[in-house]
Amino acid sequence: MIISPELFQQIIFYVFATLTVGSAMAVVSVKNTIYSALFLVLCFFNTAILWMLIEAEFLAITLVLVYVGAVMVLFLFVVMMLDIKQAKASQLKQSYTKAALLIAAAMLVELLMLFGYKLSGQIPVNELVRQEQGYSNVAEVGMELFTRYVYPFEIAAVILLVAIVAAIMLTMRKREGNKQMDAAKQININPAERMRVVSMPAEKGQSQINRQNNGEDS
Amino acid sequence: MIETLNFLIFDNLIYILAIVLGVILTVAYLTYFERKVIAFMHVRMGPNRVGPRGLLQPFADVLKLLTKEIIFPKNANKFLFLIAPIITLATAFAAWAVVPFQDGWVLADINAGLVYVLAMTSLGVYGVIIAGWASNSKYALLGALRSAAQIVSYEIAMGFALVGVLVAAGTLNLSDIVRAQEGGLINWYVWPLLPLFVIYYISGVAETNRAPFDVAEGESEIVAGFHVEYSGAAFALFFLGEYANMIIISALTAIMFLGGWYSPFTGDSWIAQPSIFWFLGKTSIFLYAFFWFRASLPRYRYDQIMRLGWKVFIPITIVWIMVVAVMKVYHIGPWWN
Repeated sequence: MIISPELFQQIIFYVFATLTVGSAMAVVSVKNTIYSALFLVLCFFNTAILWMLIEAEFLAITLVLVYVGAVMVLFLFVVMMLDIKQAKASQLKQSYTKAALLIAAAMLVELLMLFGYKLSGQIPVNELVRQEQGYSNVAEVGMELFTRYVYPFEIAAVILLVAIVAAIMLTMRKREGNKQMDAAKQININPAERMRVVSMPAEKGQSQINRQNNGEDS
Repeated sequence: MIETLNFLIFDNLIYILAIVLGVILTVAYLTYFERKVIAFMHVRMGPNRVGPRGLLQPFADVLKLLTKEIIFPKNANKFLFLIAPIITLATAFAAWAVVPFQDGWVLADINAGLVYVLAMTSLGVYGVIIAGWASNSKYALLGALRSAAQIVSYEIAMGFALVGVLVAAGTLNLSDIVRAQEGGLINWYVWPLLPLFVIYYISGVAETNRAPFDVAEGESEIVAGFHVEYSGAAFALFFLGEYANMIIISALTAIMFLGGWYSPFTGDSWIAQPSIFWFLGKTSIFLYAFFWFRASLPRYRYDQIMRLGWKVFIPITIVWIMVVAVMKVYHIGPWWN
């Protein structure tokens, strides 16, 4: 059996696209929060594979590194700490249905518009631009980010920094009975300030006293 | 097309098998080496009963672990409980795909190799977290939370240290990073990047949860941390994953800071030739240091670990990245001529 490279790529695409959609659906439909988070991890992974297929390997690996390796770890961390009870079907139905429907409708319209544009030929329908072997994705991304898009990039970085500082400020609070230690103080302690050496005459041990008493009795 | 597929499947399969078998055998004898090194530091004999000089001890251990029963704790989540050790092992092995053993001896010579390694090592924490949660045990969960916080914290310092290497070499490709350090001892990046080298290695020790950063196991406080409920083959997989991670951290330190396969000597003599033995030798030095730490340092207190990571390592790495950038711009030293 001969499989052409294009067909092979298509098969890979459909397998992983199905997995992506399936795991994304599972994120919202399973009842266990831990499973939800793990399905989200699976979804990110499959998205990374899809990106790899369009030869965006740097972005794919970064997606795994940032979202799977850092963000989702903290997510799981919080979910495990909070000990959320398994949501009941009735709870799920009433709370966010309207908002969810609205968002789903908006996305459906967007998708339909995209298909419409593609059918009417307003976006290029030809295949992906293939670069020759040895083309460095990383270098290109870096070059674009730091030359053409340097201002948006730096502004985004500053906004993120502000967000970090704000998050720390919001969560930092002094509690009563906080036993935080100052490392500098711990290192610089002077034994003479804490300890007093008392010199006193040796006491007689209990055994000696007993022996003396016994001796007197006999 | 058939030839391409054949190449893709069979040739790569042989390379993969060679790497995996090599790593597994190395792990087996690494355990023996660890026990011997620590025994000599304790003035003991170490394993010396199975085979000549105890050399068959690792196989005896493997057989023992594989024939033991896997016990599932009550109310444990069976699927996640089983998949956790597999995740740990898979990510530990996956990182080996981009490691260059010698010039051209690399399974996947990808441009984003450094980021790939960082991504794979950061995935290892899932094995720990899932194991801790799925065990349905308070000690396991505590161990998993400790480990997760520690790995996420030290990953930042590790990432910044790698940014320094990236600035110095100007590439993310591991083979090219080694090639940039050609030409004897003085050309290695360990000299201009000395603080980053130290921080990278210490963060690596913390990331693999080894002593003195092994609070995730902390046998005196939380019994054995996340793998307290594991036994038999499942425990063996965790063990294998941890040691494979140690080897990869050592190998990466050798590649990024000690010039990988290059000889420290210059000239034309046989000793100055680049070869895989230099790479293996440099890796072994760092593996030995893992055991040296374990035998000689007491365990860190948890808040001290966090303080070291966030308040000491991260500021130093950020400052040193600037220093490296300045040195590179002004072509200082033999590294950036």
